[in-house]
Amino acid sequence: MEKNHKGFPVTHVIGFIMSLVLTFAALGVAIKTSLPFKTILWIIGSLAVVQAGLQLYMFMHMNEGEDGKSQVINVAYGFFIAVVTVAGSIWVMSFGM
Amino acid sequence: MSANVNTALPLEYQTEQNRMNILGFWIFLGAEIILFGTLFAVFSVLNARYAGGPTPKDLFEIKDVMVETILLLTSSFTCGLAIYEMRRGNRNGLLLWFIITLLLGAGFVFMEVTEFIHYVHEGATMQTSAFLSSFFVLLGTHGLHVSMGIGWATMVIIQIFKRGLTPVTARKTFIIGLYWHFLDVVWIFIFTFVYLARMVA
Amino acid sequence: MGINWHDFFIVGNPLILGSQIAIVLTMVGIVAGITYLKKWKWLWREWLTTVDHKRIGIMYILSGVLMFFRGGVDGLLMKAQTSRPEMKFLDAQHYNEIFTTHGVIMILFAAMPLLIGLMNVVVPLQIGARDVAFPQLNALSFWLFFSGAMLFNISFVVGGSPDAGWTAYFPLAGKEFTPGIGNNYYAVALQIAGIGTLMTGINFIVTVLKMRTKGMTLMRMPMFTWTSFIASVIIVASFPIFTVALALMTFDRIFGTHFFTISGGGMDMMWANLFWLWGHPEVYIVVLPAFGMFSEVISTFSRKRLFGYNSMVFSIVGIAFLSMLVWVHHFFTMGAGPGVNSVFSITTMMIAIPTGVKMFNWLFTMRKGRIELTTAMLWALAFIPCFVIGGVTGVMLAMGAADYQYHNTLFLVAHFHYVLIPGVVFAVFAGLYYWWPKMFGHMLNEKIGKIHFWFFTIGFNLTFMPMFFLGLDGAVRRSYTYSAESGYAPLFLLSTIGAVILAIGFGALCYNIYWSARYADRNISNDPWDARTLEWATASPVQFYNFAKLPEVKSIDAFWYMKKHNEGLTLKDEEVEEIHMPSNSGLPFYMGVIFGITGFLLVFEWKLAALVATVGILAGLIIRSFDYNDGFHVHKDEIKKTEKAWRSVNKGVNNHVS
Repeated sequence: MEKNHKGFPVTHVIGFIMSLVLTFAALGVAIKTSLPFKTILWIIGSLAVVQAGLQLYMFMHMNEGEDGKSQVINVAYGFFIAVVTVAGSIWVMSFGM
Repeated sequence: MSANVNTALPLEYQTEQNRMNILGFWIFLGAEIILFGTLFAVFSVLNARYAGGPTPKDLFEIKDVMVETILLLTSSFTCGLAIYEMRRGNRNGLLLWFIITLLLGAGFVFMEVTEFIHYVHEGATMQTSAFLSSFFVLLGTHGLHVSMGIGWATMVIIQIFKRGLTPVTARKTFIIGLYWHFLDVVWIFIFTFVYLARMVA
Repeated sequence: MGINWHDFFIVGNPLILGSQIAIVLTMVGIVAGITYLKKWKWLWREWLTTVDHKRIGIMYILSGVLMFFRGGVDGLLMKAQTSRPEMKFLDAQHYNEIFTTHGVIMILFAAMPLLIGLMNVVVPLQIGARDVAFPQLNALSFWLFFSGAMLFNISFVVGGSPDAGWTAYFPLAGKEFTPGIGNNYYAVALQIAGIGTLMTGINFIVTVLKMRTKGMTLMRMPMFTWTSFIASVIIVASFPIFTVALALMTFDRIFGTHFFTISGGGMDMMWANLFWLWGHPEVYIVVLPAFGMFSEVISTFSRKRLFGYNSMVFSIVGIAFLSMLVWVHHFFTMGAGPGVNSVFSITTMMIAIPTGVKMFNWLFTMRKGRIELTTAMLWALAFIPCFVIGGVTGVMLAMGAADYQYHNTLFLVAHFHYVLIPGVVFAVFAGLYYWWPKMFGHMLNEKIGKIHFWFFTIGFNLTFMPMFFLGLDGAVRRSYTYSAESGYAPLFLLSTIGAVILAIGFGALCYNIYWSARYADRNISNDPWDARTLEWATASPVQFYNFAKLPEVKSIDAFWYMKKHNEGLTLKDEEVEEIHMPSNSGLPFYMGVIFGITGFLLVFEWKLAALVATVGILAGLIIRSFDYNDGFHVHKDEIKKTEKAWRSVNKGVNNHVS
C-alpha cells in the first residue's frame, strides 16, 4: 500500500495491455477457431477468470490494507457461492440428465 | 469510531472509520458477486429457450460488443490511473482521469441502450422468450449499476471540488474505484458467457 | 395497467371487516394517545431517529413480538378451521391466504427481527464496542425491514393477501394462476425487507471483524457473537440470491417476462431452485444465533465454561458451509435423477454431524455444573429434547426416496415446527428472559415466566406431535378441510387444543412484560445472573455509550475472568476520556417511508407513479452522500455522572433469582 509512488504507473499499464490481449484472445478462440463448443467454453472461461483476477489484484489491490486477508477470503467465498449457484442450478435444472 | 489519524497510510486508509467502510464495501462486493452469479445461473439455464423468437446469432453484432468491451476496459484502466494520482496527492490528475472514466462509462451506457433499442426494433423484447428475459435482466442489471455509478461518482466529484482531498473524499473516491473495477469484472463474464459463448453455441 | 379501484379494499368478509375496524381504531388510539401525552417529540428524537444499536434492537424486538402475535393469530385461525371435519369457519381461499401469511410473517417478520434485535442489543456489548460499524446503516436496515413488514401486513385489508404459500411456487404464484395483486405484495415487501437484512449482515461482519476490544481475539468471542457473525456471513451469501429471485418474480408478474412461466420457455422449477438456494441457508440464519443464545444461557446457569468451545466454533462454520449445499432436498419430488437426489440426500444428512456435536457440547456443559433452573434455563433445557425430535425427523426426510412418502404431508409440517419453535422461539424466549435486565433495567417476573414456559412447551408438543401421525396417515398440508371418514378428526382436535394452550402461554409472556414493566424491582445490579460475558460488565439498562472505558479481555468468558481476578471492575476518574458518538438522523426513517410508498405503488402496478417515487429514494441517497455530520463528543463530566449513578448505589440481586 505505497502512498507516494512517483513516475509512471507501470502495473496499471501492464494490467491494461494484458486485459486487452486476453479479451482479443478470447474473441479469436471463439470466432476464428473451429474447436468443439465445450473446448471453446473452457478456454474462454479460463481467460475470463484470469482477467478477473488481474482486475482484482492489479487494479483493485484486493490484498492490500490491514484487512487484506479478510477481503481475499470474502471474494473467494463469494466466487465459490456464485459457482455453486451457477453449476448447481445448471445441474439440478437439467434434472441430473 | 475514534478520530485517530495515521498519516503514514494513504489518505483513504487513515482513519478507523475509513478502514471499516472499505472493508464493508468489499463485503458488499462479495454480495454483488453472488447477485450477479445468480443472474448468470438464470441465464445459463434459460439461454437456449428461444420460444420461437430470435436467437443470439440473429441478434448479436460482435463489432458493437467489442466497442462496448473496449470502452469499459479502458474506463477501468483510467479509473485505476485516477486512484494512482490520488495516492500521489495530485487532485487535478485525479479529477481528470476520473472524469475521463465517467465519459467512457457514459459512452458504454449509450452503446448498450442503442443496442437494446435495436433489438426491440427487431422484435426481441424481454417478453419474447425466456432467453431474452434473462438476457435483458442480466445486462440491464449491469447497465443500471454502471449508470448508478456515474451518478454516484458525480456526487463525489462535486465533493472533491468543494472540499479538496481529505480522508473522507479520498475514501469515497477509492470505494467508487473499487465499484467501477468490479463492474468491469462482471462485464468480462458477460462478454465471455453471454456474447462469445452464445454466438458459437 | 393498474388495478381497479373496487379491488382496493377487501370487502364482504366479516373477519376482515372486523380487522379493518380494529386497525383503524388502534391507529386512532395510538395517535390520540401520543398527542395527549405530548410524546411526539420524544418519539421522534429518542426512537425514530436513533442510531443507537440497543434502541434499534428494542424496536426490532417489539416489531418481532407484534408480528409473532399476528402470525400466531393466523395459526390459531388455521387450527380453528381444521379442528373438526368439514368445518365452515374459513373458505378455501381465505385458508390459502392465512397459511401463506402465517409462514411469511413467522419466518421473515417475526423470527428474523427477534434474532436481529437481540444481535443488535448484545453483540456490540459482548465484544466491548460502543456501537456497530455503521450505526446509520443499521437504522436504515431496521426501517427497511419495518417498511417491508408493514407493506406485507396491509395486504389483507388493502388489495388482498398473497395466497400461493410462503414458498410462492410457480406456476401457481404467476400472473396466469394468481391474477390478483396479493402475490405482488409478496414479491415487493420481501424485497424491501431483504435489502435491510443484507445490510445488517454486512454491518455485523464488519463490526465483529473490526470493533472487538483489546484482547478479544476471534477465539475468545462469546458463542452468541460467533453464531451472529456466522449468521451474518450466511446472510451476505444467500440474500442476494433471494433478491434476484424476487426481482425476477416481480418482472414475471408485472412486466410480462418469462423466467418462471410455462409459456415463452420459462422454467417453473427454476423458482423453487432459487427460492431454496436462499431458503435453506435462511433456516440456518435464524437457527444459528439461537444456538448461540442457548450456549450463553446454559453456560451461565450451569456455572461452567462452555464445553468444547473450539469444536462449537468449527461446527458452526461447518453448518454454514454445508447450508449452501443442500437446497434440493426441499424438492426431491421434482423428479430429478438419482444422481441429484443422492448427492443432496448425503449433504443433508452430513448437517446432522456438526449439529450433533453441538448437542453433546451443551449436555457436557451441564454435566457436573451447578444448574440453576431459571426461566431462561428452562427454555434451554426444553429445547434439547424437542429439537432432537425435529432433527431426527429431518434425517428421515433427508432420504430422497423416503421423502416421496413424507413430502407435502403434515409430517413435514410437524418436522419444521419441531425445528423452528424449539430452535428459534424457545431461544428467543430464553434470550428475552436472560437479557431483559440489560435492555430495560428490570427483570421479567420468574413466576409468570414459568407459567409462560409450561403452557407454551406443553401446548407446543400437543399441537405438533399429533401432526407427525396425521402426516404418516396421509393428511396433506395446506388443505383447508378433511372428511369425517378419513379418521383424522381426533388428532386434529388434539392439535387445536394444544394450540389454545400454546396461545395462553404467549398471553402469559405479554402479561409478564406488562407486569414487570409496572411492578418489577428497578434496584438490580449490572450483573443479576452472575454471568460470564462482557455485556454484564456495564450498567443495566446500558448507558448510551456502552462502556466508559473499553474493557480489556484476557480470556474466554471475559467478565467472569474480571470478576475472579478483580480486574477492570472499577473506574477511576482519571481514566475517563471524552467519547465520540454518532449523531441521530431522520434519513433512515425517511428512506423507510419512501421505500414503502414506492413498494406500494409497484404492488398496485402503477408503474409510472412508482418510477416517480424512486426519485425520492435517489434524493435520499444524494442527501446521504453530502451529509458530513461527524457525530459528537460526550463530555467527561457527563460520563462521570452517569458512571457514578450506576456504580455507587448498593444494588443487589436478592429476591430476583428464585
